[in-house]
Amino acid sequence: MRHSLQFLLLGLLALLLGACAGTQVRGTGDLGLVIERASGHVTLVNTSAREAYARIGGLGDLSHASVVYSRDARYAYVFGRDGGLTKLDLLEARIVKRVMQSGNAIGGSISQDGRIVVAQNYTPGGIKAFDADTLELLSEVPAEYAPGQFSKVVGLADVPGGKFAYALFDGGEIWVSDFSDPKKPVTQRFPAGQQPYDGLVTPNGRHYLAGLFGEDGIVLLDLWQPEQGARKILEKYGRGEEKLPVFKMPHLRGWSVAAGRAWLPAIGRHEVLVADATTWKETGRVPVKGQPVFVMASPDGRQIWVNFAFPDNGWVQVIDTLSGRVVQTLQPGKAVLHMEFTPRGEAVWISARDDNRVLIYDTRTFRQLGSLPAEAPSGIFFTSRAARIGF
Amino acid sequence: MSTRRRPFAVALTLLLAGSAAVAMAEPTPARQKELIHLVRQDCGSCHGMTLQGGLGPALLPATLAEKPAEGLVATIIGGRPGTAMPPWHRFLAEDEAQWIVAKLMTGFPQ
Ligand code: HEC
Repeated sequence: MRHSLQFLLLGLLALLLGACAGTQVRGTGDLGLVIERASGHVTLVNTSAREAYARIGGLGDLSHASVVYSRDARYAYVFGRDGGLTKLDLLEARIVKRVMQSGNAIGGSISQDGRIVVAQNYTPGGIKAFDADTLELLSEVPAEYAPGQFSKVVGLADVPGGKFAYALFDGGEIWVSDFSDPKKPVTQRFPAGQQPYDGLVTPNGRHYLAGLFGEDGIVLLDLWQPEQGARKILEKYGRGEEKLPVFKMPHLRGWSVAAGRAWLPAIGRHEVLVADATTWKETGRVPVKGQPVFVMASPDGRQIWVNFAFPDNGWVQVIDTLSGRVVQTLQPGKAVLHMEFTPRGEAVWISARDDNRVLIYDTRTFRQLGSLPAEAPSGIFFTSRAARIGF
Repeated sequence: MSTRRRPFAVALTLLLAGSAAVAMAEPTPARQKELIHLVRQDCGSCHGMTLQGGLGPALLPATLAEKPAEGLVATIIGGRPGTAMPPWHRFLAEDEAQWIVAKLMTGFPQ
């Protein structure tokens, strides 16, 4: 009799706990995920606890995966290399929906109002818009820059006004598509230059910049005055000198603007280029260890963290934006692929692919605060991206 | 008799020399592991980890079938100026590039 009462109570307790776990009330502001590129997994992480709290598999080829967040910062949209688009729920740690949207994709973006997600594709070259709730295909813009010729699309970024800006690697153009009517996008085209390899929109959403691979320079489009067309800045930064080989393409994103200047990777030079973010004139360069890949400003803009292409991918350097000099050189691990700052930048998480680890560093003392195991980690994405233009 | 045997002997020595060269060219198992890692991860940043293409073209048996191996080896060693394909001679010996091409053309190991 007593026993059965105990069992009953235990059972009730378990039910209660189960219910609590199922509907646990919590925010997502300190959550994020780490891509495990080789095995199609993501590890969900908590940046307050500095811990992983779940792992989800079955996401396909994640070798160049990128992630955007819904504006409530609960759902992550993972764009896989194989064209898979997966919507994850960070709170319930599960896949909500998954579609195969193309043969070969390179990333994606989410609209200003959070209603549509757009994928950028290499093959077939172009962009595709999906309903953010259901992942139903709404419309597409093939990157047909000349009759029958399709370009790989790079540098897709959401910009204000329900638009998306992107660049055509083979077509040498910047396109801006207006998705105000998600089923009928309207596209404007701007000649850009040879082989734009990636693009970014400044944090205020005003300027779209595309880095050029085929020539020395960056193209700038003022989205407030698009009628002025795209123009080149930092032209001939290579000064006619022979380029060093580039063993991995750099990545651009809106984290490049800090302390009133834009900090950009040079191509074929072991330098970070610095331009005034109002006049867009070069104000300096910072010599670094290798070909920069990510040149990322901390949230307060005081520091720029830089990682490098093969064979210098074991190094990370930190530039102080006040002095414009490298103030720290770190060796976090083998094959450093990505870095991500916590929302207010007290720490930075760094993925070391060949060490199968994510390292956490204090940005003030440069001390290692901890580390997490992950299988061939690449991109790290925190939910603080949900509220940023161009992420 | 001897004149009739000579071409055969020449062919045989050529064959032996050829196979000896191939045998010598085969990287050690440890080096093969490194090369597989390099191709999947670092070449993969442009050609895709599954080699199905990205910024660079697919490097699959079907896409390479019609292309002469020497040309592909030369591309790997010297790069293709004017394109994003960089030269790898600092990191790969010619015979290692040959081994990579042979493997690419028959299906690259995991
Ligand atoms: C930075 C990007 C990049 C990296 C890294 C890279 N490649 Fe390439 N590769 C290219 C591009 C782009 C082309 C196409 C060049 C052209 O347009 O002719 C190419 C072409 C090739 C070709 C010729 C393919 C054909 O169909 O003719 C081979 C073979 C090749 N790469 C092998 C490699 C190997 C092996 C590695 C690593 C050791 C490597 N690549 C690393 C960008 C890259």
